[in-house]
Amino acid sequence: MRELLNDFIKGLWRYNPTFRLVIGMCPTLAVTNMARNGLAMGLATTFTLVSSSLIVSTIRRLIPKEIRIPSFIVIIATFVTIVDYYLKAKFPEISKALGPYVPLIIVNCLILGRQEAFASKNPTHRALADALGMGLGFTLALISLGMIREFLGMGSIFGYKVMFPNFRPWAIMVSPPGAFISLGIMLGVVNMIDRLRRRTNKE
Amino acid sequence: MKELILIFISAVLINNFVLKFFLGICPFLGVSDRLRSAISMGFATTFVMSITAPVAWAIKHLVLDRLGLPFLQYVCFIIVIASLVQFVEMFIKRFFPVLNQAMGIYLPLITTNCAILFMALYLVLHEYSLLESIIFGFSSGCGFTLAIAIMAGIREEIKFSDVPQCLRGAGITLITAGILALIFVGFSGLIQVR
Repeated sequence: MRELLNDFIKGLWRYNPTFRLVIGMCPTLAVTNMARNGLAMGLATTFTLVSSSLIVSTIRRLIPKEIRIPSFIVIIATFVTIVDYYLKAKFPEISKALGPYVPLIIVNCLILGRQEAFASKNPTHRALADALGMGLGFTLALISLGMIREFLGMGSIFGYKVMFPNFRPWAIMVSPPGAFISLGIMLGVVNMIDRLRRRTNKE
Repeated sequence: MKELILIFISAVLINNFVLKFFLGICPFLGVSDRLRSAISMGFATTFVMSITAPVAWAIKHLVLDRLGLPFLQYVCFIIVIASLVQFVEMFIKRFFPVLNQAMGIYLPLITTNCAILFMALYLVLHEYSLLESIIFGFSSGCGFTLAIAIMAGIREEIKFSDVPQCLRGAGITLITAGILALIFVGFSGLIQVR
């Protein structure tokens, strides 16, 4: 039980895909101009990650070692197609906002990396816990980055106005350069918190 | 002719894959610490992109559309890209050993470079003709090479400067990329892109 919990927890902070491992950067930067888009992308990625981890870890002994990467990619691509058609049918507005970044979940290195490093080597229940933790960590990172950018760039959070009326938005925060700069500063802040924590633990 | 030149300029400067669409960030952050390896990576990507573009066009228009299987598009594209990269790697190893030394280890990495898949989807979405697709593939690769080469040049200088401890590594690279993207925003009024 403790092992399962550990597999789940590690994705949230210690091995957070965005802040610690720095993988899966393309969607992180591209869709976080609004908190809502970040949430949708996070959930879509989590669904793909959990389902493909489930399949991969279940049939891990059947996949020949030489063609494991192509097999993983085909499994992932199938689930991404499902997500894409679901979003198009149920949430056309979000599907439009995410645009071509939904199919790009296929080549998100986070998903392929977890299949290769974890799901293909571990039993199903552990792979499931790992995928859920990693997916949740990724979603939280996307939401927090999206909230900061939306707050500074449009003066709102999840579409609700929160700033005083004559606040002038920083248009740069919702455009591409703002994505790079705010993520860079966030990585710095996370590193700083981690160092402070380590120092207090030592004392 | 004018159309083709416009596609080239817009893909290299205005809609730069790395700085506008955030594609290929993993190699952009990972391989850009030395100018030499950055340029090799850029050439390898350009090469694969120029080949993928017409193949993706052919699959979409000659196979999937005729058979009425649009939902297989993602699966087909990714399989074709993965096998194409493998094939190109074998071909280069056999016939161009010098080229293989220059970009050998970077070729397999390109399979999971999101820029390639995005380019294939983009040219389908915008209904480019075959010739336009080839030009678009080539020029997107050029844009990627340009961005990663500039970045590597800057990072070689950053090595000698005093960066705050917590920003070292990915942090300072992302902030630098942000400033670079800010510069490229300046090109955005250059031409009207359809």
